Amino acid sequence: MSIVEAILLTIITASTPLVLAALGELVTERSGVLNLGVEGMMIMGAVCAFAATQMSGSPYIGILAGIASGALFSLLFGFLTLTLVANQVATGLALTILGLGVSGMIGEGFVGMSGIKLQPIAIPLLSDLPYIGSLLFRQDIIFYLSIALVVGVNWFLFKSRAGLRLRSVGDSHASAHALGINVIRTRYLAVMFGGACAGLAGAQLSLVYTPQWVENMSAGRGWIALALVVFASWRPWRLVAGGYLFGAVSISQLHAQAFGIGIPSQVLSALPYLATVVVLILISHNRRTTLINTPASLGKPFVPDR
Amino acid sequence: MPVEGEAANRPLLAVGNLTKLFGTFAACSGINLDIRPGEIHALLGENGAGKSTLVKMLFGVLSPSSGQILWQGQPVQIPSPSAARKLGIGMVFQHFCLFEALTVAENIALSMDPGVSLANIAEEAKRLSVSYGLPLDPNAHVADLSVGERQRIEIVRALLQNPKLIILDEPTSVLTPQEADRLFETLAKLKAEGRSVLYISHRLEEVQRICDRATVLRHGKVTGACDPRLETPASLARMMVGSDVAHVSAAGTDLKGDVQLEVRHLTAAARTPFAVSLKDVCLKVRAGEVLAIAGVAGNGQGELFDALSGEYPVPDPDAIHVRQKPAGNLGITARRLMGAGFVPEERHGHAAVPALSLSDNLVLARCQSDRKAFIGGGFIGIIRQQAVKRAAKRISEVMDVRKSSDNPAAGSLSGGNLQKFIVGRELDRQPTVLVVNQPTWGVDAGAASRIRQSLVDLAKSGSAVLVISQDLDEIFEVATEIAVISEGRLSEAYPAATLSREKIGLLMGGMDNQADAARETSHAH
Repeated sequence: MSIVEAILLTIITASTPLVLAALGELVTERSGVLNLGVEGMMIMGAVCAFAATQMSGSPYIGILAGIASGALFSLLFGFLTLTLVANQVATGLALTILGLGVSGMIGEGFVGMSGIKLQPIAIPLLSDLPYIGSLLFRQDIIFYLSIALVVGVNWFLFKSRAGLRLRSVGDSHASAHALGINVIRTRYLAVMFGGACAGLAGAQLSLVYTPQWVENMSAGRGWIALALVVFASWRPWRLVAGGYLFGAVSISQLHAQAFGIGIPSQVLSALPYLATVVVLILISHNRRTTLINTPASLGKPFVPDR
Repeated sequence: MPVEGEAANRPLLAVGNLTKLFGTFAACSGINLDIRPGEIHALLGENGAGKSTLVKMLFGVLSPSSGQILWQGQPVQIPSPSAARKLGIGMVFQHFCLFEALTVAENIALSMDPGVSLANIAEEAKRLSVSYGLPLDPNAHVADLSVGERQRIEIVRALLQNPKLIILDEPTSVLTPQEADRLFETLAKLKAEGRSVLYISHRLEEVQRICDRATVLRHGKVTGACDPRLETPASLARMMVGSDVAHVSAAGTDLKGDVQLEVRHLTAAARTPFAVSLKDVCLKVRAGEVLAIAGVAGNGQGELFDALSGEYPVPDPDAIHVRQKPAGNLGITARRLMGAGFVPEERHGHAAVPALSLSDNLVLARCQSDRKAFIGGGFIGIIRQQAVKRAAKRISEVMDVRKSSDNPAAGSLSGGNLQKFIVGRELDRQPTVLVVNQPTWGVDAGAASRIRQSLVDLAKSGSAVLVISQDLDEIFEVATEIAVISEGRLSEAYPAATLSREKIGLLMGGMDNQADAARETSHAH
């Protein structure tokens, strides 16, 4: 394996959790709900996936546990903000803090254990292709899932009737309600999808990226995912571009630091953020398209007047 | 009439003793109403009379507190809009239920059977819209469409369900007279097909023109049922308002003083993608004049107000002159100090902070321009509460503001009373120049008449008044001069007496040449 190939592989591994978590948040926000608890749901996914893998011995059980814990945790957010109409920003922040705390508690007994790494699955024929074969088709199931989810979400949002309903709820919940669309149910489902994706992203961290449990191992990735959604102007493919660009620059700058080039390490560490912001601003410079894609009732609570 | 015999006598929809309570407040109380097949039935009433509440119950958006609804003789429950659609009720909302970020076809698809493909819906919508004289491009984004076009989407969306009853809530409030005529033709066509129309309006003239029967609401109760063609506008108004409405007469003074407000070739770029840019706007308002600017919503009225008030100053000082001094680059406080007053369109959140008391709102608006009167304590700046309260009381008395307590929160006042207060707040300063945007939008007839009279009185006392309005009745009541704004361009000002509604309609559509031609022909006669 050449050095370039190794770098590219780490880039994919580093970018997948960002894309997954951001994709879930994209669907949540398209329904008009701002869930700032991505970081908390992600870390819950990470610890539950790790714990379930240790106890069952199967990382696949771990993946399911990660997804389920993220979805369940988001259900708490949904209940507070959608049923009890609590403030979404405050509740989301609380969810992150709670997630970081609870995950530390659950994970206490697992600190220092060596984990079970999720093994790659080679896809017959395709994995034998030169260059891209080993890169794209000798990956773990979570990577394949992330790509399938991006394609699926894009189709769902822009081609399916249910996706149209979801977008309409995010654009104007009052109008959607008047047309007979169940706003609250739509939002619950979107929030839980977001939670499940964040949980899966967390599972990737503790099963693929670094197969062990370390407290706070999500290390702010949830926040980056949140920012990616906004900068990608709520469109799935832009989000993939942003996620992979961020992953690419952050891995490259690590290698650059290792080579010892004459740029202060603080500048290099800031580079992924800078590059992502600049590129995403460039691709979303068309204000009209941005406005068309921004969910107009994002963050606004919905109370039907009955 | 296409429906004959017994069926014609049986009402399509009958409402018995329908009541809707919000807490202890009865928005609708004991409403009885019946709609026959193939008739255009008017539901008349002022803002807040309970019209919208009633139709929301008929369409399943609100659930009634008590009473019953009979559909073709059968008692029915309408728990949701989709249930209403299944019965055969279509609805065109006053505040459109549209999604700006979606295309026309997507908007329509949202209320259709999920089995139908988007392409089919687009095709069907296009066919139907053309056959009813309401052409639509199914692939356009709603955000890019005019208000009239948006209404077409609502109508086509309702028609695609093949309804027996179509409810239209204040449909002409957003249309030019010509667009309204086209709508009336569509309604006549629907009626000829045997469909019923429930037509909600407070415009008496059009109700008399197109409706077969009328039910009048006041304070949530039915106060009259009649054939509008046999009534006079005055008698209908009495049923709506409960008393005779004072008639406002335009200033009509011969006192034409100096130019107090002048705009010279004002050009301003649109601040957001959905805003309108102002293009070479010129106007003059003299002392004693009321210049009214007519136009369909969203043609640059808000942007013009922002530039005139100084909320968004323009770089060129000479573009706007207040009392013959350049003011284009000055902010709102500087312009107020020059003797101008401004009342913006939006009562809640723009002209007033709903959660604050009236006196606090008074301080917020005038603490800069009337610092001496309201603020004491030198540089510390202490509010002189007693002086402020006295001023608030004075304004309330002059404008007849009815309120629940001495100094209530602005948001607790009804729309009409709050509007009277915020107009009064500016009038209290006796401004030499007053600019008002939509002074009586969503205000009951009594309050509207009071506000309009006060604007006319201000002009009579020698001030220059500029009124931006979408209500032609209002414009003809107050204006001495009328100009029309269309897509950010302002027509020249015509004396109110020489301008007919038709000409204004042509100008609203941006058809200056035709309007000029129409003017010439009328001169020839």
